[in-house]
Amino acid sequence: MTAVEPSTDWTRKTAAEMAAALNAGEVTSVELTQAHLDRIAAVDGPVHAFLHLDPEGALETARKVDEDRAAGVELPVLAGVPVAVKDVLVTEGLPTTAGSRILEGWVPPYDSTVSAKLKASRMPILGKTNMDEFAMGSSTEHSGYGPTHNPWDLERIPGGSGGGSAAALAAFEAPLAIGSDTGGSIRQPASVTGTVGVKPTYGGVSRYGAIALASSLDQLGPCGRTVLDTAMLHEVMGGHDPKDATSLDEPVPACVEAAMQGATKDLTGVRVGVIKELSGEGYQPGVEQRFEESLERLKAMGAEIVEVSCPSFEYALAAYYLILPSEASSNLAKFDSVRFGMRVEKDTVEKTMLATRAEGFGDEVKRRIILGTYALSAGYYDAYYGSAQKVRTLIQRDFAAAFEKADVLVSPTTPTTPFKLGERIDDPLAMYLNDVATIPANLAGIPGMSLPSGVAPEDGLPAGFQILAPAHEDARLYRVGAALEASLTEEWGGALTAQAPTLPINTAEVAK
Amino acid sequence: MTATRVSYDEAMQDFDPVFGIEVHVELNTKTKMFCGCANEFGAEPNTQVCPVCLGLPGSMPVTNEKAVESAIRLGLALGCSIRESSRFARKNYFYPDLAKDYQISQYDEPTCYEGSLEVVLDDGTVVEVGIERAHMEEDAGKNTHVGGSGGIQGASHSLVDYNRGGVPLVEIVTKPITGMGARTAEVARAYVATIRDIVRGLGISDGRMDQGSVRADVNLSLRPKAPAGEDQDAVPFGKRSETKNVNSLRAIEKAIHFEAGRQAALLSAGQPVVQETRHWHEDTEETTPGRSKEEAEDYRYFPEPDLLPVEPSREWVEELRATIPEHPAKMRARLKDEWGFSDLEMRDVVAADAVPLLVATVGAGASPQSARKWWMGELARTANEQGVALDSLAVTPVDVAELQGLVDSGRLNDKLARQALAGVLAGEGSPTAVVEARGLEIVSDDSALEKAVDDALAAQPDVLAKIQDGKVQAAGAIVGAVMKATRGQADAGRVREIILRRAGVEG
Ligand SMILES: [Zn+2]
Repeated sequence: MTAVEPSTDWTRKTAAEMAAALNAGEVTSVELTQAHLDRIAAVDGPVHAFLHLDPEGALETARKVDEDRAAGVELPVLAGVPVAVKDVLVTEGLPTTAGSRILEGWVPPYDSTVSAKLKASRMPILGKTNMDEFAMGSSTEHSGYGPTHNPWDLERIPGGSGGGSAAALAAFEAPLAIGSDTGGSIRQPASVTGTVGVKPTYGGVSRYGAIALASSLDQLGPCGRTVLDTAMLHEVMGGHDPKDATSLDEPVPACVEAAMQGATKDLTGVRVGVIKELSGEGYQPGVEQRFEESLERLKAMGAEIVEVSCPSFEYALAAYYLILPSEASSNLAKFDSVRFGMRVEKDTVEKTMLATRAEGFGDEVKRRIILGTYALSAGYYDAYYGSAQKVRTLIQRDFAAAFEKADVLVSPTTPTTPFKLGERIDDPLAMYLNDVATIPANLAGIPGMSLPSGVAPEDGLPAGFQILAPAHEDARLYRVGAALEASLTEEWGGALTAQAPTLPINTAEVAK
Repeated sequence: MTATRVSYDEAMQDFDPVFGIEVHVELNTKTKMFCGCANEFGAEPNTQVCPVCLGLPGSMPVTNEKAVESAIRLGLALGCSIRESSRFARKNYFYPDLAKDYQISQYDEPTCYEGSLEVVLDDGTVVEVGIERAHMEEDAGKNTHVGGSGGIQGASHSLVDYNRGGVPLVEIVTKPITGMGARTAEVARAYVATIRDIVRGLGISDGRMDQGSVRADVNLSLRPKAPAGEDQDAVPFGKRSETKNVNSLRAIEKAIHFEAGRQAALLSAGQPVVQETRHWHEDTEETTPGRSKEEAEDYRYFPEPDLLPVEPSREWVEELRATIPEHPAKMRARLKDEWGFSDLEMRDVVAADAVPLLVATVGAGASPQSARKWWMGELARTANEQGVALDSLAVTPVDVAELQGLVDSGRLNDKLARQALAGVLAGEGSPTAVVEARGLEIVSDDSALEKAVDDALAAQPDVLAKIQDGKVQAAGAIVGAVMKATRGQADAGRVREIILRRAGVEG
């Protein structure tokens, strides 16, 4: 093993830089793609960000992009820039498991809308990233295929459920990745890996072909190492889709333009609301310190800082853990062995279904199916699902009131820096508390971003800064996020991920 | 030992029946309820499927607007109110033919609710049936059990065909129907027949009970008859059975007969009726128990989060209301009057499903009696011979009206008209085209007829002599000869006139 990482490595560039270099003829897509495949081979053993790789497919896409570019064909802006895809997304011809053993070996016969858009954008798909089973978790420890490790400290969690996508970015295995966010599964992993992740407005990105966890909360979104990269991917993914009835029929927000505007570091007239309820008890001092410093930076760039109160957030976690399991219990019913996936054969169809589900689902999935089945039962529906929906309305009102006073709302993304693998696996409640700041946005359907605010002084691990905007105003996230990022990176001399410790290199794999 | 069943009439002497009917109507939209797959009966198994109706991971439903339109029109025809905002709900239960293991249906907010329908019995009695709701849902696939008796018990394995999975349905639920007494079975039958006629009239379903496009579940309970002078409605309802999939009008009557007799025997013997689902057996005309309500599933309904609410604009609903045809029974009564048909004539036309054909034929210009004569005569015979429905024959109401027009104008006689019709049925074109192509027109040119008459008289001088002798009826032989010579294309009356004139005899 050696700790040398070449400084001229293309994998250290941003997606925007890669796109520019491809356009300028400084690099080919095959070179870029191969560099990332090599990097994955070198470091993914201990990180385990990927469940499935598709080197042939990725290189084939890259080759065709290079040919077309050489022939002068006009190409989409991210053509040739590789991307990693969370395994929740159905990809035609590529195994798709959603992190569950029950789907082991399933190769979908169709493409999700987002994977079809990635293909139409000519982006080589490197492979499918690890996740908590059916996106249930905050650490990837609930993956049916073993956890992903945080590239900042391999003994720590990379967040979840999209820990694979975030770790792939932090480990420089991919410049861009797709995530899905039901209660924070894009933002919390971004926070604990020092990367950027955005949950768009509900309906802003088509859910068609995303394996559903909780349909009324799920939203696909972009993940990157910089705000601009994330904006570029957001514009590729977004837009109306007639196959998703809940998809918004409106133009994709101008994310890239907003990010460029933000990078000028002028936030004059922007009102930033600090959510009172998302601080204090349970928040790690170093996380709060970085958050306060970031507020000072926003202020220095002309933003007006106001305090807002969202009293109903107190009930958000409880409501979320009724709505999510309820919808999930129904969404996961189809995994019954009849048409696809695992089958544990017994002498009757009923016993076969039972045995398959008993063996195929992990403990957390079973826990939530049981919770949801109970919450929807006759006689309990009003008290549980019904009340939770009322809380949802209250939270939406809290946000509406807060957005009267502020253009964006901010908080730390997670109360703490990444905890150790295994630390909370037997304490579901402690695990759920991780998402206390991210869940309200899903309940209200509004967009949110997490970007790094620095490393906590006490442990040297990344802390995240969350920005929330009103529904349809995703562009505001990018403006404010890009401004904060510009201010911070000026001091850091580059992206926070550059400060991550070097990973052990598997020389045997590199030599191959 | 008590009787396991008493007769329907006996049951009706001692008990007051309460019943309700759920009718499922399969809509004839081009595509399924929530995906773009073809909605067609009879294709090869699992050829009309896609990720959505197979419930593959990640797939999502999109509501078929045409199905919503059909459901609203049906609701309007049933006198229902149309909810300004209604939504779909998931009905959760595990079954192999249910691809997602939940059915998208409607629960607490059906699109159509609170209606009422007039049902006209054979003797003209009008009964008002309260409609609780009419809601949209998707059909399940179809299981085929292989081995054993064809049932799930004893089968070696089962096959599932998902072609029917996701086919749009409207489920119409009545309110409890009381006070019908011994006419219960008749009312039930007439109600389902009326629904069938309405969906056909609306053009939203083929209404074929034999293919399962209209299926009925019949609920029935009995309660003791109130003592004379007391209010029957004060007597609480008894426990009910729900007989599933009663799929012909006759079977509806029979199922009620059976269930009433079975329940009456139990109650008379002091035994309870179990609240349960029962299966109807067409062969034995009996019901047998399915699962009882005690072990009934909890469907855990909740609003379908993948679909937006159904919010038809008031303007659209009013536009649709303008397309609702007249109530079938009222329309029949009106047509009978307008057409001047006897009860028997009208009943035959209704029984032959020929009302729409007659309406169209009369609309195209034929007289009602001539339209009836063609459709119930020559064409009914042909349909019967070919073993097809009347409206499947290769002849349109416009053709029939045109044919009758040719007869009325004297261009064709009955015999020629039948030949022309045979040509139309053989695909040779419109009646006029067939007449021209086959040269069927009546010869009305007097000079041609005079020549034919002269030829015939010259050939049979003895007949001429008889006529001149005053035996005028002998002219028939000459008429026959002339008809033969003109291949039937002469007007026999005119020929007769010419013969008599030629013979110097005034007719
Ligand atoms: Zn389909």
